[in-house]
This record gives sequence, structure tokens and C-alpha cells, in this order.
Amino acid sequence: MSRILVLAEHEKGHVKKVTLNTLAFARQLAAKTGASIDIAVLGKGVGDIGEKLRGYGAGTVHVADHAELEHPVAAAWAKTLAELATSIGATVVTAPASSIGKDVLPRVAARLGAGMASDVVGIVDTAKGPAFRRPMWAGNLMGDAFIKTKVQVVSVRASAFDAAEATGGSSALAAFAAQPDLAKSRVRFVSFDGVQSTRPDLTEASVVVAGGRGLKPEKGGFGAIEPLADLLGAAIGASRAAVDDGFAPNDYQIGQTGKVVAPQLYFAIAISGAVQHLAGMKNSKVIVAINTRDDEPIFKVADYGLVADAFVAVPELIAKIKAMRG
Amino acid sequence: MKILVSAKRVSDPNARLAISKDGKWIEGDVEYILNPFCENAIESALQLAEAHDGTETIAVGIGDDETARFIRQGALARGIDRGILVAAEEAEIDSDLIARIYQGIAYREKPDIILLGKQAIDGDSNQVGQLLAEYLEWPQATFASKIEIVGNEVIVQREVDGGIETLALTMPCVVTADLRLNEPRYASLAGIMKAKKKQLDELEIDDLELENTDVKVEIVGMSTPAGRKAGVIVKDVDELIAKLHNEARVI
Repeated sequence: MSRILVLAEHEKGHVKKVTLNTLAFARQLAAKTGASIDIAVLGKGVGDIGEKLRGYGAGTVHVADHAELEHPVAAAWAKTLAELATSIGATVVTAPASSIGKDVLPRVAARLGAGMASDVVGIVDTAKGPAFRRPMWAGNLMGDAFIKTKVQVVSVRASAFDAAEATGGSSALAAFAAQPDLAKSRVRFVSFDGVQSTRPDLTEASVVVAGGRGLKPEKGGFGAIEPLADLLGAAIGASRAAVDDGFAPNDYQIGQTGKVVAPQLYFAIAISGAVQHLAGMKNSKVIVAINTRDDEPIFKVADYGLVADAFVAVPELIAKIKAMRG
Repeated sequence: MKILVSAKRVSDPNARLAISKDGKWIEGDVEYILNPFCENAIESALQLAEAHDGTETIAVGIGDDETARFIRQGALARGIDRGILVAAEEAEIDSDLIARIYQGIAYREKPDIILLGKQAIDGDSNQVGQLLAEYLEWPQATFASKIEIVGNEVIVQREVDGGIETLALTMPCVVTADLRLNEPRYASLAGIMKAKKKQLDELEIDDLELENTDVKVEIVGMSTPAGRKAGVIVKDVDELIAKLHNEARVI
């Protein structure tokens, strides 16, 4: 009997949406293999998170509540997750390909002797069984990765799966006696310096306003798009070029090597549309591009393109949306 | 102190890529570059060596003879002391085997820090550093944006979702480099000349006495992603707002 173990991601007492996207992946895989689904919650004081996840059709929600799991130190989390996986006989261990999932899952794979597929966007049937489709070469090509080991580890590109809906019902809740052995890991957690923002999380926002290298600081920089984001309740993102030039912090970076987003509405403002950026946003439902050059690749993926100077068009856009809303 | 650093050759994702006939890799006129994240790792190793006297730096590449050129030009010419080339066919190794090759080299060289790029921009797996750290039972700090050595600890700032995390690792340890770690330097002409004479050892995987050379993950098919249809060019902001409001119904 195959069994899928999903690592839940949570923050300040709430379940992050990427967890529900990963559960949707798990359901798709379970439908193909007949597997059952379990959920793992790791952290300190996380009983509530476990409780909140009981309505998603998992057999059991396992809660590893331990002071040494307060911060997601990879060695301690990987040890705990791998030991839980072994104790329940999990055949697939999966988590969102977030900064935690990327950090922790390969160590879980190493501990379990498992092969791992990263950043999976789909499941493909092959003669040997399911293979995992994933973007390679900055999203220019898709590779179907077949994992040959008995236990398999998969990180999931959350934007590729619609969030799982609650199914009702009530999963069993089980405490897992974690032994993180943090001291043995030779890692000392020093600090976490969170970005203070009243805007939604980039990977959870339904509207994203992203800026590129064209937003030159001397002309107003990202200050020009912030009011648009405020007006639409949007998160702000940036192309790698804008981050490289220091116009925006790295936390804003959208692309194959940054964050991957798929909001309802995506504004690409003064972004040329390099392949690696497109890989991070092309699954957005509606894409708007504003750029001075009509031959930029961003217009090839945009639903609506406007050839204009962002520093003129964006203030006009803001004023007219405000006027429309009265 | 000894620092081991990665120098991976990658096929440039911005160049034209053609899927090979067996559908499992790419072929044709592939343009190769040094993996940009490895360039950040190399730069960081050089800066740490400059700040700490008596540090030896070693660049490791896995691949064919062409990879040797990238070790010399991308790492040794910039100032890395010596190189190691492990002969392997790129299309036939996975992240797990690469991590175990590094593990074998770590046993031979006994470095204090292994600095790798956070991911290679061909396979885009982002696994090797973490797998290696677990196999060696060493601490890790992935996605580093700042690295400092204080006493026997390596203090690393990490770019994670929602902010910056700082970890202190006791050496030996594994660190993977993110883009913002530094601006990689260019090789000087003198550096390029010197690099020609620097030591570059060539090893076979068999020299590393790994338990086996099996891969755990196989690419069984490749395809080009579904394209997105280009939409319309609107003439002005009024038309854009009308489309977003009436047609797409998103504002």
C-alpha cells in the first residue's frame, strides 16, 4: 500500500496556501496509485495547525511539536520528517518547493535512500509508472523524471496546482515524538529578519504588480508601481534584472531561480520578458505588459500589451481605475 | 583553511535548445557557460581566502575534457589555487550521484567549507548541496547572500521566503550561493596566464571508491512547454482598463 506524506507549511499560526497546492498534487498522485495521504506538521506550538488540517481527507495528521523544531533548521527537520516517513511506511514524501521545502527535502531523500524530483508541475503516466514533469533550462524544456527508488521525494511547484478544497471529515490526529538532535547538527539559529509588509505574500497574492529594469531609480523606480499595488491589494514582484541592478530586493524576484507565481492578474511593467522571468509567471491567468519597446518578448505572453512609458502610463492607470471605482 | 568550490559547466538556457533523438537530453549546437551560481561560489571562496591567510581554494568540475576548460578559465584564472576534474557523462548522472562524487572528494581533500552554487541552470534541481551535507552529516546553509567566518563558525545570511535568516554553522560545513552573494570578478590577463600552469587533477569516478554509481532519477522524456498565445496590443490606458474590466473582469 503506498502512502504519501505531505509536509505542511505554516506561518504565524496559519496554514500557508502552498500546503493546499501540495495537497492537490498528492490527491492527483493518489488517484493514480491508490495511495493514502498523511500530513506532517513540524514546529513548536503547532497543535492548532494540525487541527486546521483535519478537514482535507488525510488518513492521519501527524504533529511533531518540539522546541528544537521552532525554526526550520534543515538537518533537524529532515531527521524528523524522515523518521516519521519511515515509521508510517511512507512511499512518497512531498512538500512545496518553497525555501523550506528546497532546503529540507533533499536531506530527507538522502536519509531515506530516495530519489528526488524538484519543482514538479505535473504527473505523467509511463509504462513503468508515474513520472514527474518538471521545468528544466529555466523552463525552456520540460523533463519527465522517473524516480527508480522504492521511496520517492517530490517538491511541488505550488503555482501549478489549484489549492485543494476541504473535504470535510476529520482525520486522526497523532503526536509524533520527534528527536531533532539540533545540538548534533552543529547549526546555531541566529535570527530571522522578516520583511515588514502590509502587502500580501507574493506566492499567495491574487494580483501581482512586477517591475523590471526599465524602472530606473532616477525616474522614480519602484515607487512608480507601489501605488498601483496598493490600489489593487497586490503583491510587488521584480524581474531578476531589476534585482541584479539593485532596484528591488531579492525577495521580490520572480523567475525560475526566484519565486514562481500564478495570480489572477499579473502586471509586467518595464519588464522585457527574459526566459527565466517568463518561467516564473507565465501561468498567471491574465497578463498585462507595459513596455516602451513593442518588440520585447513579454508581449508574446501578455493578454493585453500597452506600448508606453511606464512612468506616464501607470499614474494614468491608477487615476482612471480610481475614477472608475468612484 | 581549505575551501572546495563547484565549477559546473551548463548549457545556456537562453540559447536555442533541441531535444535529443532519444528524448532524454539535449543535442546540437549547445552553447556552454559556467553556471552563474558557481561563479558566485567561486567569488565567495576567493574573498574568504583573501580575508583569511593560508586558505587553499580548490575548484571541482564533473564532466568531459571541455569541463576542464571551464575549471581553468572560470575558476583558476580568477584565482582559485587548483582544480579537480571528475570524468563523467553529464546526461548520465543525477543530483544524487553528483553529491556522492563530492562526498568522495570531501573524504580525500578534507575541506573546511564546501561552497556550491545553489542550483545549476540546466537541470534546475537545487539538490546537490543539501544531499551532500546530509551524506557528510555536516551542517548546511543554502541560498547564501552573505558569508563571514568568525572563529570556527561560518555565519551565513540566507535569502528565504519573507526575509533573511541568519545561521551560524560550525565547520566543516556546506554553503550554497545565491545571486546576491557578490559580483563575480573578471579574470585578469595575468590570472589567465597563471591558470595555464596551475594544477588540475583528473579523476575517474572509480577513484573515489563510491559504494555504487547507480542513479536514482532518470529523465524518461522531454518536451517543450505549452506556449501561451499572445493577446492584443491596446492603444491606450482607457482601452486597457476597458478590457480588464469588461473582458477579463479582473478589475
